[in-house]
Amino acid sequence: MVISVNRRRVQAEQAETDWVNLVAQVRDHGDRAAFAALFRHFAPRVKGFLMKSGASAALAEECAQDVMAVLWQKSHLYDPARASVATWVFTIARNRRIDALRKARRPEPEELSWGPEAEPDQADVFEMQRESERLGDAVARLPEKQRVLIERAFWGDLSHSEIASETGLPLGTIKSRIRLALERLRHVMD
Amino acid sequence: MTIRHHLSEQLLLAHACGQLPEAFNLVVAAHLTLCDECRARAGAFDALGGAVIDAGGGVEMADEAIEAAVARITGFPREAARLPVRAQGVLPTPLADYVGGDLDAVRWRPVGMGVRQAILPTSKDATARLLHIPAGAAMPGHGHGGLELTMVLQGAFLDEGRRYGVGDVEIADEATQHTPVAEAGGDCICLAAADAKLKFSGLLPRLAQPFFRI
Repeated sequence: MVISVNRRRVQAEQAETDWVNLVAQVRDHGDRAAFAALFRHFAPRVKGFLMKSGASAALAEECAQDVMAVLWQKSHLYDPARASVATWVFTIARNRRIDALRKARRPEPEELSWGPEAEPDQADVFEMQRESERLGDAVARLPEKQRVLIERAFWGDLSHSEIASETGLPLGTIKSRIRLALERLRHVMD
Repeated sequence: MTIRHHLSEQLLLAHACGQLPEAFNLVVAAHLTLCDECRARAGAFDALGGAVIDAGGGVEMADEAIEAAVARITGFPREAARLPVRAQGVLPTPLADYVGGDLDAVRWRPVGMGVRQAILPTSKDATARLLHIPAGAAMPGHGHGGLELTMVLQGAFLDEGRRYGVGDVEIADEATQHTPVAEAGGDCICLAAADAKLKFSGLLPRLAQPFFRI
């Protein structure tokens, strides 16, 4: 039993690391097979997410295509030391939703990237991916009522005044890791 | 720059959920540009969204979707990695995008008592404006029908015994009746976003309100 759980964990970690590698393949080589693998995993999830956010199946399909096209074009902006691929895809999908359903611009903070030469530290990348997976496990284990509330908030079911800051979410470690990655990035940029 | 007044958890979560009006998103984007602490907190909430989308059941795409996607990207250039362009002026990059330049591109209008403002184009569910308050001068005292975020871009203001400097955000809600005063020694420029019309306590500003769209 213990062995099978561990094996599942190892497989899951490899899978998550694979997404990072697949995005790197897209970024460095324009690898269409890597893109197709990312598409197979993420496009249906983006479509499901947008339909839960109130988009029709047709609009959700179209927007999922757009989201994946952004992933192709902007792969150089993905920083694996600061986010999992799922998180990055989520942010693109959320912004596409604002665009499509609310017809509003979404101002973004100034971009921070490693630029053409520097790369994030591999250990940082590994830790961030592992931390993202832990967060996924923790969310899955939340009491159903709380989990449903979080899902509804992200699907856009709650207005900004209805969204209360959730206590007890295990976000502290992931925040610290992002903070560390930002410090290293700033050091490279300066 | 030491930022002391940060964005609230509630604002950052609503931002991650994509539920803030454009004007508030602008304040958040401007603050995150200057504050890595809040950028990391925002990133943690985004990770929560990543967990939700990853765990959510997918809905099957059309049969030919993947061929269509590959055909589409084949015509798309991938953007090359480049060093990010960082704003050199007073306005943080996302704000400079809205103004179309730095401070010298702002079209100020006087609103009385030496205060000047410029309304920025955003969706109508909330308003965003730049305010220029002369050193030592007060904003007209006002309460709120909703939420108001005020971020300092230059100089500083004092309100209710607290000092707000560059990068700081003051969060005011229905319960707040306040009078920000620009610190002596230099004019104060801020970005203010509100999701409801402000309620002024004096008679004159109330009459003036429709004209100035505060």
